[in-house]
Amino acid sequence: MTQLNLIVDVALCENCNNCILATKDEYVGNSFPGYSAGHARHGRSVIDITRHVRGSGHMVDVTYLPAMCNHCDNAPCIKAGNGAVKKRADGIVIIDPVEAKGRRDLVAACPYGAIVWNEEADVPQNWTFDAHLLDQGWKQPRCAHSCPTDVFTVVDAEPAQMQARATAERLDVLKPELGTGPRVYYKNLSRIASHFVGGSVITTVSKRNECVEDAEVSLSLDGREIARTRTDAFGDFKFDGLEHGVGLYRVDVRKANVGAAQADAKAGVTTYLGELQLTI
Amino acid sequence: MDVLKLKFVLFMVSQVLRSSIKKYELVRRHVGDKRVVVQVKLRDGSIARYYEISASGVNSKAALHPKPDVIVDILDVETALEFLNPNAKQSEIIHAMKNFRVLLIGDDALAVWFAQLMNLTATAKLEMGKKMPDGTTRYTSNSNGGPMFIYVKDDKIVRITPIDLDDTDAPAWTIKARGKSFAPDRRISFNPHTQTLKSMVYSDKRILHPMKRVDFDPNGARNPQNRGKSGYVRISWDEALDLVANEVKRQRQVYGPGALAIWHGSHHQWGNVGYYLSALLRFGNLLGFTRVHHNPDSWEGWYWGATHHYGNSMRVGVSGFYGTVEDCLKEAELIVFWSSDPETTNGYASGYEGTKRRMWAKQLGIEMVHIDPNLNPTAQLFGGRWIPIKPGTDPAMQLAIMQVWIEEGLYDKDYVANRTTGFNEWRDYVTGVGDGVPKTPEWQEEETGVPAHVVRALARKWGTRKTYFAPGGPGLGFGGACRNATGTQWPRNCVMMMAMQGLGKPGVNFGNLQYGSPLDNYFWFPGYAEGGISGELNFTAAAPHAYCRMPHVLSMNPVTQMVPRQRLPEAIIDGHARGFPWDGFSNEAQFQAYEYPSPGYSKIHMIYRYGNSTFGTIAKSGRYIDMFRHDSLDMVVSQCIWMEGDANFADVILPACTSFERYDISEVANSGGYIHHNTHNNNYRTVIFQHKCIEPLGESKSDYKIFTEILNRMGTGAMFSEGCSELDWVKRIFDGSDLSKRVKFADFVKKGYYVVPAEPEKIRVPRNYGWFAEGRHKDAPEPIPMPSQWAGEFGKGLSTQSGKLEFIPNSLKRFDSTDPDRNPLNRYIPSWEGLRTTELVAKYPLQMISTHSRYSFHTYGDGKDSTINDIKDHRVNIGGYFYWIMRINDQDAATRGIKHNDLIRVFNDRGSVVCAADVSPLVMRGVCKTYESSAQADFQHDPRYGLVDFGGCVNILTPDRPQGRNTDGMASNSCLVEYQPWVPATDSLLRA
Repeated sequence: MTQLNLIVDVALCENCNNCILATKDEYVGNSFPGYSAGHARHGRSVIDITRHVRGSGHMVDVTYLPAMCNHCDNAPCIKAGNGAVKKRADGIVIIDPVEAKGRRDLVAACPYGAIVWNEEADVPQNWTFDAHLLDQGWKQPRCAHSCPTDVFTVVDAEPAQMQARATAERLDVLKPELGTGPRVYYKNLSRIASHFVGGSVITTVSKRNECVEDAEVSLSLDGREIARTRTDAFGDFKFDGLEHGVGLYRVDVRKANVGAAQADAKAGVTTYLGELQLTI
Repeated sequence: MDVLKLKFVLFMVSQVLRSSIKKYELVRRHVGDKRVVVQVKLRDGSIARYYEISASGVNSKAALHPKPDVIVDILDVETALEFLNPNAKQSEIIHAMKNFRVLLIGDDALAVWFAQLMNLTATAKLEMGKKMPDGTTRYTSNSNGGPMFIYVKDDKIVRITPIDLDDTDAPAWTIKARGKSFAPDRRISFNPHTQTLKSMVYSDKRILHPMKRVDFDPNGARNPQNRGKSGYVRISWDEALDLVANEVKRQRQVYGPGALAIWHGSHHQWGNVGYYLSALLRFGNLLGFTRVHHNPDSWEGWYWGATHHYGNSMRVGVSGFYGTVEDCLKEAELIVFWSSDPETTNGYASGYEGTKRRMWAKQLGIEMVHIDPNLNPTAQLFGGRWIPIKPGTDPAMQLAIMQVWIEEGLYDKDYVANRTTGFNEWRDYVTGVGDGVPKTPEWQEEETGVPAHVVRALARKWGTRKTYFAPGGPGLGFGGACRNATGTQWPRNCVMMMAMQGLGKPGVNFGNLQYGSPLDNYFWFPGYAEGGISGELNFTAAAPHAYCRMPHVLSMNPVTQMVPRQRLPEAIIDGHARGFPWDGFSNEAQFQAYEYPSPGYSKIHMIYRYGNSTFGTIAKSGRYIDMFRHDSLDMVVSQCIWMEGDANFADVILPACTSFERYDISEVANSGGYIHHNTHNNNYRTVIFQHKCIEPLGESKSDYKIFTEILNRMGTGAMFSEGCSELDWVKRIFDGSDLSKRVKFADFVKKGYYVVPAEPEKIRVPRNYGWFAEGRHKDAPEPIPMPSQWAGEFGKGLSTQSGKLEFIPNSLKRFDSTDPDRNPLNRYIPSWEGLRTTELVAKYPLQMISTHSRYSFHTYGDGKDSTINDIKDHRVNIGGYFYWIMRINDQDAATRGIKHNDLIRVFNDRGSVVCAADVSPLVMRGVCKTYESSAQADFQHDPRYGLVDFGGCVNILTPDRPQGRNTDGMASNSCLVEYQPWVPATDSLLRA
């Protein structure tokens, strides 16, 4: 049978927070017996967005990561729950709002920090995939419905189909090493996991600085070339998607009749090298 | 025959009343526990019938009653038959009322009640909203951030969602560009401040009953000095309304006309009936009031500057946009965003409607560049070169770009020769012929902080590619850079840059895809600037359409005295002020300075405040604390929904309800004239029936009802309401608009919305200014310029003196050719509060910009215990208190020992604001960025620092100096500050 999965494309998230607000809209002041008690008006939501900034100077980029209950197939919270947390046939994990009463311990059971303690209701709460709405025929949870950029895609598929899609679209899950079997997949997560090395290439012509377009730039790691690129009209270059943990990068820039420049950077961290002046 | 007919009609009225009371709960509720005798009669008494109405039924007799409560006195049989006809033409009803053919005699409240009752017998049967399988009813409403579905059960809002269109709604448009086809989603997006509205309705900041300041006694000590300090006591509606009505009457007698000032914010909850330009204006006109005149606060430099170069006074100086989405996607190679962050501002009053269009541009490989002190959310989402620039220095960089274009011949010489005037003089200034200073990229480098080679690279890229230029969030104007000391210079240069690149040629235009989708241009539905029910012909755009199409009694304010909003404290405290008007009908209207007080009028002694936004949004807003406490103000009334901001300074508080608790009607993002066809930043034109989803909370009432009840006490309630409820006005607006030709009212109120079919592809309006670039007659559907404002032949050229793009505007030459602040020659004049003001910089080295906000709509959505406060990028909860955020540069933070989310005191000589620091490299060094829009004011007196606000009203720190001596332009983005870690005082602070 088919089960529910969610794909979150972090490249499309612009931190508008409609997902969080829509979910609060659904649960603050409303309770859905069998699914969820009402949520607290304030405090951490069952969806959380974290900001990830890379770079410095003008070469900065930002990625926002919405995270929520992963509806794991091998969920630690279910194990810890002793029946208070249930897995539905469609894959959705429900923390029973009655049986989980007083179970503050379940908050710590989630390795993703996705379970939120509701002090007033005295109950741990997760993002339920808005199961009560899906059961009524809604096609999307509220977070996806209010998202203006289609960050969230609901996939109702056989496990094998989903696996095939995850491979084809290079989807990741959070903390795969834990073996929890998340049903929430991420696209473009490398924007957070990887680092870049960039710089701006200039030269001096009749006492004026000029951006150098179309210079050849090569990136080596510990003496071995791993990538090449060219500068744009602003003289900028950027080697992105680097995932090397250790070592030394060497950047070599050259342009015929203009000159060459070199710079070093540490692997494992994003570096904007600033302006590199080409000299003959 | 007619006599018999009239007698029959009068008889039928009793039957209709009887059956309606029996049948409809709504009617019974309206009747309540009243027992009222209404006498309908001809003036000569020859025909008469009375109705004794109560919830249990109607007693009626064809006779004169000895003691009727209300008399409907009708001139003659003919008028009576017209007037009482259930299908009467509204124009005939108005005609009868205006010419004293029909008089309503008796207590105003009962007369209005009876008229509304009669209307209710026709509307009570309407089925409102759609019944859903889960037992909820799905209603519709509209907001400053897009329309929505509202699911309601048991008089409680369950959820608010975006509107999904269905198969019966008009299809989407399609644009084909570079081999691809693009069509918008079948869902209308909305903003965070719309998604949070349920939490704003059910907020513990809601004011649920009328209140009076504890130490305010209209018959004894009024204690104005305690405004903002003393607390409130609950009073009844009757007491509150009597207090207000009696004070209005007293002031008339003691001071004469002009003593009452009505003062509202720039925006309101969306709608055509409840809007400030509608019901409030009608209310004010019936009272007579001194107008607190607005400056064009979002447009500023576009109004005071740009308009002189290229006309466009109609849109307050910003550009039109017809056909630009299609042209940009088909032709453009580059989009330059300058002080432009559409992902934050979303056009105006729309959701994320333009976002996917920009994604299409990215798919097509259109490059983007972002010039802004902040790597703003738009730059974050779409990427492209970020060029950080020191705030207020933008005109210097523009001059350098133009210098490169001139030096390297990268401008459209043919266009400049044929479509512009004054270029040679301008060129000589740019190249330094006059002053010996060529405005080169090197010249601007130290000033702007942008390396010369980057400016040159940009100038070359721009000068060699078909480029869309996007100044401000809409891409047509606006932008933080137009709200500072150089805020008039920047828009002027924007226009001149487009003049050099050939504005209107394929792929060369203003825009960032936020505006200009191919929507219907000919379907008329009023926007709020068209005045709603105001009947005000001078200060709204009611005259061309709304007034003709929806017959209603006009209203006028006989008090012509005005005071500029930015100078209200000086007017009250110093007793005089000078202002320049905001008027979009011509380039010259803005030159007509006005003075307060105006000859012969009383000074202001009573303020009727409508909304609460001052401290967050107006420059140097600490001034308003002293103003509120000035002893010349005998009474301050605040009519508002939430207890926040200015409400704390009122003597009497009248609790209004939200737009979910009353009826209204509106089109998504249709603001009317301020931004003609502002609807075209949406993907669909959609007209919304704004359901009364729930009953007003507590004792709160709709604005309309409050006005009616005050005016009932003045004897003008019937004149105000014309006997209509809000729903009746909604129906009248519906009837007057083109909507009534497309859909039946009963169907409209059930479904709640109507999608206007898009402009058919074959008759799409060509790209904006294409006609101008090609020397054709204008083909853009804009009602202004007016016939006399064309330089030559009607429909040819721009509304400038020459009809061309003017580098050296004739209108400025005519006004004051020697004005150093706004010279016809747009010389670069560094900011009067910027990095060149060295003495000040020594104390306050950091530049603070306070831009339009992202998650709230100005103050709307902020505070109010709304769920927006939990957004990490809006406020930060530290120790149970939600602090306003100041975005600061990581290196600036490090040198001051500040970490992310530390509390900091941001200060200058004007005061201090305690904020939470957001530390990152997203703001350039030396700059801090925040929003202009805190709803919360929490003023304390700290013996170390004086006035300290904990609410986040950063405008306490901004200068009140106008952009130029002959403008009212706000310059709040020219603001020098310092910040340091906040150390709480050892003793508890006193309320300031």
